[in-house]
Amino acid sequence: MDYLPLASIFCAAFAVAFGAIGPALAEGRAVAAAMDAIARQPEAADTISRTLFVGLAMIETTAIYCLVIALLLLFANPLLA
Amino acid sequence: MNSPLESVILFQLGPIPITKAVVTTWFIMAVLVFLAFLLTRKLSLAPTRRQAALELFVATLDTQIRDTTGAHPGLYRGFIGTLFLFILIANWISLVPGVDPPTANLETDAALAVLVFLSIVWFGVRAIGVGGYLKTFATPNVVMIPLNMLASVTRVFSMFVRLFGNVMSGVFVVGIVTSLAGLLIPIPLMALDLLTGLVQAYIFAALAMVFITATVGDGKPEQQNAQITSTKKDV
Repeated sequence: MDYLPLASIFCAAFAVAFGAIGPALAEGRAVAAAMDAIARQPEAADTISRTLFVGLAMIETTAIYCLVIALLLLFANPLLA
Repeated sequence: MNSPLESVILFQLGPIPITKAVVTTWFIMAVLVFLAFLLTRKLSLAPTRRQAALELFVATLDTQIRDTTGAHPGLYRGFIGTLFLFILIANWISLVPGVDPPTANLETDAALAVLVFLSIVWFGVRAIGVGGYLKTFATPNVVMIPLNMLASVTRVFSMFVRLFGNVMSGVFVVGIVTSLAGLLIPIPLMALDLLTGLVQAYIFAALAMVFITATVGDGKPEQQNAQITSTKKDV
């Protein structure tokens, strides 16, 4: 039995599922910290939210990497070619 | 379902295949140039309504550049503003039925990232000279040279993968939901895509700006650096 496609699909799902956990926790922490900072210092809300957006994008990149790996496994798998 | 990593070839121009994304990019470029020409044709000291709107946009851009990095916006306005506007329109063009955003293709994002990489070198050399630019690789000390060289490529690469991943996943999810559930169901997801598109365009431009000024700032002597930070506080 050819197990390579099966393993690829399984690993793609695993990559996205586990790859999403870390960034989700990290983004939660970052947003919580930003909310805390805004509550303490509402006049700095502009700067904080701007920095927050850039930081969130950075954190999100790890999840996006996992997504790209999953897509490579599904659509451009070198082992299945 | 089509693979998101492949692109649709529309026609051949001699030996070069022209993809759908390239045609969309040409269209966006034409619209941007046409609008820029139309809006700046008759500028006067007492602004008309059209000019006031334009000035509002440029002023917002300048404030953003100054606030994010503390740099004088005059040098960077053209590049960063064009980058932001192009990516924004490219992300939002998915609202036109039958048109996919060109930023959902690897090659468009790669081209944008190469542009940012070259602009970091260009602005760096322009501000602090070739020697100064090369010296930025040796900050904070000589041991960091291999890491800094690696970082100069990987940070641009991550910008490219981030833009591609975000826009492409939006298009992909809308495609899947449409094929599963029908016509009107994906509308909330498309609204979310508009927000993602705006945020990604902003982040791409902001990160390009941050990388450029980081390179320029690293190459300057300590005293000037301190001066820059103090003026940043004053502003």
